[in-house]
Amino acid sequence: MATEKEVKQPMAPIGVWAPAVALGWLVPGGGHFLLKRTGRGLLLLVSVTSMFLCGLMMRGAMFTPQSGDLLTTLINTGGFLGNVASGILYLLSVWLGYSQADTAGHVHDYGTKFLVTAGLLNVLAMVDAFEIASRRKD
Amino acid sequence: MPKMNLSHFEAAILFSLFTSVVLGVVTKRTDQERLQYGAYVFACFVAALFGIGWLMRLGHG
Repeated sequence: MATEKEVKQPMAPIGVWAPAVALGWLVPGGGHFLLKRTGRGLLLLVSVTSMFLCGLMMRGAMFTPQSGDLLTTLINTGGFLGNVASGILYLLSVWLGYSQADTAGHVHDYGTKFLVTAGLLNVLAMVDAFEIASRRKD
Repeated sequence: MPKMNLSHFEAAILFSLFTSVVLGVVTKRTDQERLQYGAYVFACFVAALFGIGWLMRLGHG
């Protein structure tokens, strides 16, 4: 049982953490590079980029927002946000014309999950960059 | 871009590896803790992979 009260820390000014978070979105691990956490940034860059590239090589499908019933909207919008969270990797692949229809098969299916998960892992990296920039974490 | 054709097992191991690295890096505070947690998460993924794999095999008959 916790005996101490949690002390709520004040929110750091946006100018302190926004550049690290924005760069972290654009380039996986970029926020960590900006904050001089090179080793961790490199690990994040390699992991997220490798996962995204594996997803592309497995010919995974990218999500586009769709309306319809609740589940369709939730899956497609959530998947789209997951894809977009990969930053430059997503933007480059779309600009270079990557387009893969959602076809049956376990490899395609894994590819789609790899593409979304790469974005979600990058969100975790962005949160970490935020915590470091706002001095909640070393 | 070359096409990758992996089995379920290979794809799941790759997924576990990348995810474990990121979870290890962002979750803990010291390098030692990060390494331990990353290895622990990877081991959990692999254990779940084998466990659920066997459950599905036994359930399928």
